[in-house]
Amino acid sequence: MNMPVEVKETPEGKTGHLLKIEGLKKHYVLSTNLMGKPVKSLKAVDEVTLTIREGETLGIVGESGCGKSTLGNMITRLIEPTGGKVVFENRDLLSMSEKEMRNVRKDIQMIFQDPFSSLNPRMRVFDIIAEPLRTHGVATGESLKKRVEELLEIVGLNRSQGKRFPHEFSGGQRQRIGIARAIALHPKLVVCDEPVSALDVSIQAQILNLLIKLQKELNLTYIFIGHGIPAVKYISDRIAVMYMGEIVEMASKENLFKATKHPYTQGLIDSVPIPDPLLRRDREELLIKGEVSGESDPGEGCRFYPRCPFGTEMCRIEKPSLREHAPDHFAACHYPLS
Amino acid sequence: MEAESKPVMTLPRVNAGMKTSSHPLKRWTKLLLQSRTGTVGMIIVLGVIFVAVFADLIAPHNPAANNLSNIMQPPAWVAGGSWDFALGTDNLGRDILSRIIVGTRVSLLVGVFSVVLAGLIGLVVGIVAGYYGGWLDNVLMRLVDSFLAIPSILFILVFLSVFEPSITLLIVVIGLTNWVTYARVVRGEVLSIKEREYVKASKSIGTSHRTIMLRHILPNIVSSFIVISALSVATTIILEASLSFLGLGIQPPDVSWGAMLTDGRNYLATNWWVATFPGVAIVITVLGIIFLGDWLRDVLDPRAQVSRKGGGK
Repeated sequence: MNMPVEVKETPEGKTGHLLKIEGLKKHYVLSTNLMGKPVKSLKAVDEVTLTIREGETLGIVGESGCGKSTLGNMITRLIEPTGGKVVFENRDLLSMSEKEMRNVRKDIQMIFQDPFSSLNPRMRVFDIIAEPLRTHGVATGESLKKRVEELLEIVGLNRSQGKRFPHEFSGGQRQRIGIARAIALHPKLVVCDEPVSALDVSIQAQILNLLIKLQKELNLTYIFIGHGIPAVKYISDRIAVMYMGEIVEMASKENLFKATKHPYTQGLIDSVPIPDPLLRRDREELLIKGEVSGESDPGEGCRFYPRCPFGTEMCRIEKPSLREHAPDHFAACHYPLS
Repeated sequence: MEAESKPVMTLPRVNAGMKTSSHPLKRWTKLLLQSRTGTVGMIIVLGVIFVAVFADLIAPHNPAANNLSNIMQPPAWVAGGSWDFALGTDNLGRDILSRIIVGTRVSLLVGVFSVVLAGLIGLVVGIVAGYYGGWLDNVLMRLVDSFLAIPSILFILVFLSVFEPSITLLIVVIGLTNWVTYARVVRGEVLSIKEREYVKASKSIGTSHRTIMLRHILPNIVSSFIVISALSVATTIILEASLSFLGLGIQPPDVSWGAMLTDGRNYLATNWWVATFPGVAIVITVLGIIFLGDWLRDVLDPRAQVSRKGGGK
């Protein structure tokens, strides 16, 4: 915005990349030796590389503890990464000072999972939504009031509701307030950290539709983190599947579901219950047994090997890298399913 | 849209039906009157303050005047007492009622101001330590630990024996030793609050640390802070009593409840009234402050109130 403007080129000739993540890592040190050098660490996020194109929604799925939220928090630098790069509009966020970062924060906003803890219970809704505007000195006085009221209406609330406190609203309404706060500064990128996971199913759809509507109107780019396949499938253009801190498969939504490559992805897809018993009978389910092993050091081979129904000696020894198996369809598996 | 915002559970004491009154004073009075404990607490506290301010005018006798012909007179309603000395006299024939009235001043000053001082220091240290964490937190908390390791009474004794005892010194010394409790409690609260998503949200917006501490953290620790402060006033009044007992607190001819209490201790078996009435004064004052603090805590929490417009929609 008012940073030194770099010529926005599209380095790979594709549609503009808004955000590029390269080799992003977060390792939590579990124990150190006498010299203070880490001997054991938990790789919450390990070597994640991905790009987000302008105007798209990138879904990130995976079960709890796979590092997806850590990834989201690292993009906004709420968690400081151990290594790697987060390049937003050709500028590396991780090498920025706090002051420079503050400026960029205008363009990158977050929506949080728990609408009950993401709003300060002691602040009126008006002040909650006004916070980003005040922080960046975008509006004051009458124009601030107008903008907040406008935002309330954009997210489907009543302009008079600004006087209330968060506890007077339902979960869905609170999430709307959170969304209003996130879009207040006209950001370019919004990181949605499981924004519907805490909501009733009936309200999930409303919130998803609101997000989609806002994306169109405000030309937003979303990173949509979720653990439920249906919500992510509904909103995303492309989906990245994470397992134990790594991306195991990444493709457009259509390809991911039609031509699934990674057994873990297949397992996730098959774990979604089908309400119709007749349809259910026809489905060949790939069920993944067990849970994510708590091991901090999963050894040499494929991280999914212990739970994979197709695992071979090769998988145990050699870790598969994320390769492009079909155009724009990446998977980290020695034996892709299709 | 989805379900209407529900009317919220309210504590029965602070109740519904608030109209936006024109004047904040009016609104607060109304809120106060809705709560029985709040009202009682406020009456007691205002009463005590009134007594402290006008002590010289109210006291029937000179609190320091010895009257050896009238020593150990029982209270008026006990055989042998007279209304001249309504609560009796002590071992030097001084009027207990007058001494309590005048002693209010010292006890209240020491109780309230040392708590304010300790609270402010503790609040700042606790918030800073809890919020920033890291080495700063370590340094500050080890400081707190070392304060806690030395019994505060010992610390105070050293100070009071080096310097000339006075009310100001007493306040400062008690304040400087008692802040650690606040720092501990406040830090603990901050640790849990800074992990809440609204703090994260604020950080992701780019709000400065100072603003986050003032707008997001401070308001959310206020309730526990008020509760420990109210309780601390009580312990401080009693601490002042023990210091006076050791001869390092309030020096005669000044009077304080604590000093009276310790004076009367020796006569508890034979002349109960000497120690009892100052004790009763302490109890009443402390109760009043606790009631008021309790009410204040409830009122400051928006969740405990129905919206000022009167509930849901």
